[in-house]
Amino acid sequence: MNSATVGKLLARGMVAGLLAGLLALGVAYFLGEPPTEAGIAYEAAHSHEEGAELVSRAAQSTTGLATGVLVYGVGLGGIAALAYSFALGRIGAFGPRATAALLSLGGLIAFYVVPFLKYPANPPAVSDPATISQRTTLYLLMVVLSVLLAVSAVIVGKRLASRLGNWNASVGAGAFFVLAVGLAYAFLPAVTEMPKDFPASVVWQFRVSALAIQATLWAGFGLVFGILAERLLQPRESGERIGAMEPGAVAPSS
Amino acid sequence: MAQTAAQPSVATPAALPVKAILPWAVFFGALMLLALFFVGAEQGATAIFAGEGVHEWVHDGRHLLGFPCH
Repeated sequence: MNSATVGKLLARGMVAGLLAGLLALGVAYFLGEPPTEAGIAYEAAHSHEEGAELVSRAAQSTTGLATGVLVYGVGLGGIAALAYSFALGRIGAFGPRATAALLSLGGLIAFYVVPFLKYPANPPAVSDPATISQRTTLYLLMVVLSVLLAVSAVIVGKRLASRLGNWNASVGAGAFFVLAVGLAYAFLPAVTEMPKDFPASVVWQFRVSALAIQATLWAGFGLVFGILAERLLQPRESGERIGAMEPGAVAPSS
Repeated sequence: MAQTAAQPSVATPAALPVKAILPWAVFFGALMLLALFFVGAEQGATAIFAGEGVHEWVHDGRHLLGFPCH
């Protein structure tokens, strides 16, 4: 029974991730593509080794972008649903929807914002292709560190709650997280490879849209998954609410 | 900590046992991470398939989702 519940949550997480991915795709296409194009234009103007295109720009910026964002959405949704299965009933007196909202906020911060502040998203032509291995290692290290520290902070907060009360324990756990992340920032090497004449406005636009994509993805996931999880976990209550809202739809004769 | 149920209208759901979650988390967690790997890093720092096809296909998504790229 419980194992089946986890499976159902996982499936709902992937569906919510797909829907959130569709929203994020809209943001990526309308906000993210213009600065991406600008980066590619800079790249074309500054390099002479123009080889044959494997995938056309038209495909990259539409179906290619959609593949990337949607697969990412489903993957994140699945992982977030598994994390939700652990968090449910363990992080405090929160119902299914509030737990989904808190988990999504935590996911956005731990999985994206914290690594982003150290190693931000970059448009094409900003990074040195020769350092891709180091940059990938550092970025993944920062993501793993951030997620582990966030989980530790939640556990620390839970332990402190019985002694300090919920508010003080949460503030203490938050302070622990910020301090630990600050130490990681201080000790991990910086990456500074941007060409001196690369347009700053393009970088700014690109990074703001990258942040907007993730905020859309996590907010969309939290809201959709919260509804789906609540219907699964508290079916009677939701059923009453739907019945109360649409009396005409469920009453064939009146 | 969860015993501070001030509002009886919001029912705190029972925690799912770790034993029930673990098999799903291990198998599907790995599968989901593999999906993220293909979007974020395949044919970049390391590669499962030879060539540049996957990298080029998800190129824009990889940049815009914040992963390191060329």
